[in-house]
Amino acid sequence: MSRGRRAGRFVLSLGGVVVASFAMLHLIPGDPVRAALGPTAPREAVERRRAELGLDRPLLDQFLAYVGGVFRGDLGESFLSRRPAAEIVADRLPATVQLVVATMLLALAVAVPLGMWVAARTENGRGRRTDLAFTTTTGALSVIPEFLLAVGMVAVLGVTLGWLPVAGKDGAASFVMPVLALAAGPTALLARLVRVETLRELGSDYVRLARAKRLPTHRVYFRHLLPNTLTATLTTGGLLLCSLLGGSVVIEYVFQWPGLGGATVDAIVNKDYALAQAAVLVYGTVSLTVLLAVDVALGLLDPRSALRSRG
Amino acid sequence: MRTLSARVGLALVAVTLVLAVVGPWVWGEEAVRFDPLHTLEGHSSAHWLGTDDGGRDMLARTLAATRLSVWLAFLATLIGACLGVTLGALPSVLGPRGARAVTAVINGLVAIPVLLLAMFAALVAGTGTTGAVVGIGVASAPGLARLTRTLAAGVEGADYVLAARMLGTGRLRVLTRHVLPNIAEPLILSVTASLGYALLGLATLSLLGLGVRPPEYDWGRLLHDALPRVYVDPEVIAGPALAVAVAGIGFTLVGESLARAAARAPVPPGDGEEADVPLGRSPRPGPSGALLEVRDLTVSFGGVTPVRGVSFGVAPGEVVGIVGESGSGKSLTALAVGGLVPYPGRVRGSVLLEGRPLLSLSRSELGTRLAMVFQDPMAALNPALRVGPQLAETGTVHLGLTRRSALARAVARLERTGVPGARARAHPHELSGGMRQRAVIAMGLMGDPRLIVADEPTTALDATVQRRVLDLLAEINAASGTAALLISHDIAVVSSRCSRVLVMYAGRIVEELPSDALRSARHPYTRALVASVPTLDTDRAEPLATIPGAQPAPSDVPAGCAFAPRCARATSLCTTALPAFESGVACHHPHEERPRAGEEEW
Ligand code: SF4
Repeated sequence: MSRGRRAGRFVLSLGGVVVASFAMLHLIPGDPVRAALGPTAPREAVERRRAELGLDRPLLDQFLAYVGGVFRGDLGESFLSRRPAAEIVADRLPATVQLVVATMLLALAVAVPLGMWVAARTENGRGRRTDLAFTTTTGALSVIPEFLLAVGMVAVLGVTLGWLPVAGKDGAASFVMPVLALAAGPTALLARLVRVETLRELGSDYVRLARAKRLPTHRVYFRHLLPNTLTATLTTGGLLLCSLLGGSVVIEYVFQWPGLGGATVDAIVNKDYALAQAAVLVYGTVSLTVLLAVDVALGLLDPRSALRSRG
Repeated sequence: MRTLSARVGLALVAVTLVLAVVGPWVWGEEAVRFDPLHTLEGHSSAHWLGTDDGGRDMLARTLAATRLSVWLAFLATLIGACLGVTLGALPSVLGPRGARAVTAVINGLVAIPVLLLAMFAALVAGTGTTGAVVGIGVASAPGLARLTRTLAAGVEGADYVLAARMLGTGRLRVLTRHVLPNIAEPLILSVTASLGYALLGLATLSLLGLGVRPPEYDWGRLLHDALPRVYVDPEVIAGPALAVAVAGIGFTLVGESLARAAARAPVPPGDGEEADVPLGRSPRPGPSGALLEVRDLTVSFGGVTPVRGVSFGVAPGEVVGIVGESGSGKSLTALAVGGLVPYPGRVRGSVLLEGRPLLSLSRSELGTRLAMVFQDPMAALNPALRVGPQLAETGTVHLGLTRRSALARAVARLERTGVPGARARAHPHELSGGMRQRAVIAMGLMGDPRLIVADEPTTALDATVQRRVLDLLAEINAASGTAALLISHDIAVVSSRCSRVLVMYAGRIVEELPSDALRSARHPYTRALVASVPTLDTDRAEPLATIPGAQPAPSDVPAGCAFAPRCARATSLCTTALPAFESGVACHHPHEERPRAGEEEW
């Protein structure tokens, strides 16, 4: 894909996110302000609030005002706390990013060597026992939902054994359980992918030739094979990173992590629509940016895709 | 459904379904019985998993919640399937532009984290049970839509669909008549598989407080209520957590097995007992002082033996050809000579390079004295690395050169093979096919090899390039005295470049002869091969002689002469007794030697 088309698609998708976050408020059946303030709120209060939010103006006006606000970094005001939503997001987002990035780094650091090692051990159907152990473990880890791991860890490591802090974000130790719980599934999936990719490349002619040149094994794997498995690993890694954003919501809830996920859950429970809108916007933008970054990185890393984009 | 994971999955699902049916009947009353004297208790003999804030038994509540949990997951899956399949089938009904737009939207939706999509859909649909079910349903739709689209696109390329379109059948009718019925099976399997994810997703939403509300309760809601108590009585959370795990994992495992069954891969060959193959006697020793000597080489994979007792030699500086159809074992022979037969292949017999067993040579000795060239030069060069460094590494790894001098040597070798030295900085895809093959040959020359094993080095190239690459090999041979083993299915290539030709059939060498004696070959197979090649004086109007029948697969080579079913000279002796290899030919009834037709040139 050419650079221009990639940028165009990114901008288009961002537009989609903005429209979706705006539309969300208007898709809610009934009156969102009434829903937020509760059935007992006096009629005048609801009307006043509607006027404040501009909900009594024509739809197009509202939309333009909304888009203008987004460009100015004004994401509206929390229905509940009356604080600017942008401020809440800025408060909460860093903790989420730290959690997700730490998780991703751990997943990559474990999955890539593990997948390659297992592939080397099980090439052409040898090493049946390694194969079985790997498939079973990663299979189990990839189907156990993160919140169960989290709850289990809290119960065993945190409460029963008392080794690790069970909640909050306070120093390195507090990262251990949230990161492990969140990383288990993606690591398993990524390791499986790396293994499949490595096995495929092991069967290729250039690996045969590298072996015919009697290169040391580590050279065959790291210099010849690894760069060729990166494309698939990065693509999947990017998608996993996006899904980690989802998973982080539950992990933040269970560990009372002061991130955006917890704030979003609260916003939804309390029908704080403005904050929820801001959350849609932020999560959507972050996901899209991650995907774009992966795309760009792939273009830089893989000489073939660079050629394709030129041609 | 025979794998362990499938069986475990089925067992877990069975338990879940039984509980879903009987749970509310058996434990339903106990699950809602208030007991104000025993609220928020931990484990006791009366309440194994403790009680909740109403003194209700957690175990009973967990078991009774099975029905609602499974039922909601079922509803959510149904919503997801309807939305997803509709969205995924939409491009089939729209015109090409609409189709592209919808496909782009589907691909965009797939990238949204499922849980976030579910949360926001639940917000719009109104939190609570309905919101959660709709949310999970909506969130599972993009994945199913993409699957539907992929499957439909596959079927739409099929001949019968194209034929129907050609006959003027409308898009909608094609979709319902041809496309949907053909993708129904994998679709249904995938929908079943997503049941597990729906169950887990609903549990997650309820856990977050966005799902089922009291007085109703599902597993996620029980988790939500018990979570704050985990710091005091961790056991209260065990019931619902375990239940979610059992059901979620069970459904997922079954789903995955179903998906695998839908795309069943061919079963790999089992390790059956190795067939005891009589080794062909090859009394003819290689020339003394041979550079390469192969004796009784047998390669087997499980019970299949594609190379059976092959013996031959290559003298220093000699160019020997091996010719045979695909499946004759010639490529595996080449790999065995290079010591590169992949696991689980078993190699017996001996391969001596300069009189020493291949396995006793060090890496560096092998890497510098033996060069290999494979069929497809694009695949043989690492696409991710520049050409120069790929060549140079033989220098740094085996010859102890510095990076710079190795690169200089690489450039020199490239130029020697006719690749401009500046191309050392190119990536393989920037070179033409012929250039790539030259680069591969140059790579082999990095270590001053004594022998080049070239397996179909020109098959992937077009005719003129073919000749130039062969010329290059001949030139290297003439200039440096490098011996070569040239393997090809093309007898014209082999005979024009080699002094000696080995003809392989069904894993054995059936004839060995000087290439200028091919016209007077004695083995019926060699004769047939020669006859099937057009020469300058062949009458182009007449069809070329082809050999009727086919070479037997390595797994069912007959007991006697493998060529017997296709041989005009075959007798009953041929079908029972293996012809020994004597004076250059393995045949019971060889042709008479004809006077050599040396002047014939093809
Ligand atoms: S042994 Fe018999 S069947 Fe085989 S090639 Fe000779 S004549 Fe034909």
